Amino acid sequence: MTETTASPSATDAFPGGPEDLAAALRATGYLPDEGLATAAYLALVMRRPLFLEGEAGVGKTALAQALARVTGRPIYRLQCYEGLEASQALYDWDFGRQLLHLRAAEAAHATADTASLEASLYDRRFLLARPLLQALEDSPSVLLVDEVDRADDEFEAFLLEVLSDFTISIPELGTVRAEVPPLVVLTSNRTREVHDALKRRCLYHWLQHPDFDREVAILRTRLPEVTERLAREVARAAAKLRTLDLLKPPGVAEAMDWATALHTLGARDLDPDLAARTLGAVLKYREDTDRVHALARGALFGGG
Amino acid sequence: MLGFARTLRAAGVAASPDRVEAMLSAAGALDVLDASAVYWAGRLTLCAGPDDLDRYDAAFAAYFGGEAPRRTTPVAQKPPTLATSAPLDAGAGTGEDGEDAPDLAAQASGDEVLRHRDVADLTPAEREHLRRLFALVVPASPMRLSRRRRPSPHGAVHAGRTVRRSLRDGGEVTRLLHRRARPRPRRVVLLVDVSGSMAPYADALLRFAHAAVRARPASTEVFTVGTRLTRVTREMRLRDPDRALAASGQAIPDWSGGTRLGEVLKAFLDRWGQRGTARGAVVVVCSDGWERGSPDLLREQMARLRRLAHAVVWVNPHKGRAGYEPLTGGMQAALPSVDAFVAGHSLAAFEELSAVISGA
Repeated sequence: MTETTASPSATDAFPGGPEDLAAALRATGYLPDEGLATAAYLALVMRRPLFLEGEAGVGKTALAQALARVTGRPIYRLQCYEGLEASQALYDWDFGRQLLHLRAAEAAHATADTASLEASLYDRRFLLARPLLQALEDSPSVLLVDEVDRADDEFEAFLLEVLSDFTISIPELGTVRAEVPPLVVLTSNRTREVHDALKRRCLYHWLQHPDFDREVAILRTRLPEVTERLAREVARAAAKLRTLDLLKPPGVAEAMDWATALHTLGARDLDPDLAARTLGAVLKYREDTDRVHALARGALFGGG
Repeated sequence: MLGFARTLRAAGVAASPDRVEAMLSAAGALDVLDASAVYWAGRLTLCAGPDDLDRYDAAFAAYFGGEAPRRTTPVAQKPPTLATSAPLDAGAGTGEDGEDAPDLAAQASGDEVLRHRDVADLTPAEREHLRRLFALVVPASPMRLSRRRRPSPHGAVHAGRTVRRSLRDGGEVTRLLHRRARPRPRRVVLLVDVSGSMAPYADALLRFAHAAVRARPASTEVFTVGTRLTRVTREMRLRDPDRALAASGQAIPDWSGGTRLGEVLKAFLDRWGQRGTARGAVVVVCSDGWERGSPDLLREQMARLRRLAHAVVWVNPHKGRAGYEPLTGGMQAALPSVDAFVAGHSLAAFEELSAVISGA
């Protein structure tokens, strides 16, 4: 397939460019900033994978899910981990069923000739499709390759091959090719440096914690039951916590957890006492909790 | 656009031709007359990491703002005090070795003496000789089990292979085939102190680091510490040790400066260690423990390091001296969190160190 600069599907759906896509994403409850909307738009139009990096909890995975909703495509998620093998990412044969099939054929004395029997064993119905193959077969789809930095080098090289021609060849069956490549979103937490060769195939975007107004808007959109006042105070406190040089600064996800926890306990604003009791929703290290407790609580969670 | 790409390359962002091509098609897909569209088209296609972003912003402002491009890599740093490559001994040429057996023996016993000599007290010629011996001190990687499996005579049954094999026998499972976890090299992270007090040893330690990186490029990381943290793994991957060390020297901004171990260790753990580099790794800290900052911070960070790492090894060249006692505040703070405390002053000490690393 040739590289096309304009895909009719994407430009038709979002004629106004990134702004239209941003509006559609907002409608699903995901609030992107200009850079992220542009990145997602270009990924759709240029048919290039989108490589997202940033602190944990800034909304990398959520973007892929929101994009699937916006485009109406099915989403397939491949969670990476060390030791991930091609058979867990692409496809595998269902050996148990193959063996049963063989026995059944034997019992029915349908043993016409070994060649055709063997061929019948490698039928599509004995193939277990894993996320990469599913995404190609079901394309146009969204393929989320989550935490690619956790997989090892061998897997990265393999991924590079799949992402460059969107073709998977299965020796016993033939080749699966996606007419329209899936929209690929790769995420990384930067636990290690991902190879430049892989990044070069992708659009690169570094996600940051949202600014105050956007974070308030996110909290309001995702948690409509939380009061405006509580949302603003949680966002302000989260922003302050991020400046404290903590082991794990809270992300948007943690801010949402915190607001939910406070709301569940009946808080309408950030009352210092409740805040101290629910700190476990935002801070995940004892050192961080100690540190925040040691600081003047009033200064952190003050009303206003 | 192409002029901008050139500016960006001068600023240290690797804007390769295929990336520039991507930028052009990205700009084509957006509104070219909109400055922010151009900004994002370039940023999304030309940058490859968070470090690139600041450079990109500066170059963008400089180029489209009409200013002269600014180089962010300072050209004239303080020259690194790495020992430069001395010419080879005249005697090391052809023929002579073969006919002169006693000379060889003398050389061998010379090597033996050299093995135990303190690196700091060597003459340039001895140092040059020792340098060649360094190539032989390659630490074997410590191993761990991975989730990847490989065929093996024992272990769990490998269903795929067993069935495929049985198909050959008409579907009769005549033999069970097995697989088991494959051992993988454990990550080794070297933190080399390049502050002034470590200057006599830094060259040798970096050569040791180079040998380690060359042996296992994928599972070894090298950082230099002093007043700040610098990752030199990439430079260390150069094949030739002298070029690798020269490149690292260029990359290290705080060569022969002071020591703020606690702070730098914190920076390492925040930016790299906690995210995965130190997790389950063998971390080797090469320093004399002369800490200018507070020992409390160092103690705290060493404890944190130990919780993340599989093993923490501390290399202190002064430990090789007779009568050495780890009395400095930094050493006192670090030792409770250290699994092995070794010397690193001579070739023999390095051999011991590589045994400690392999066995960790």
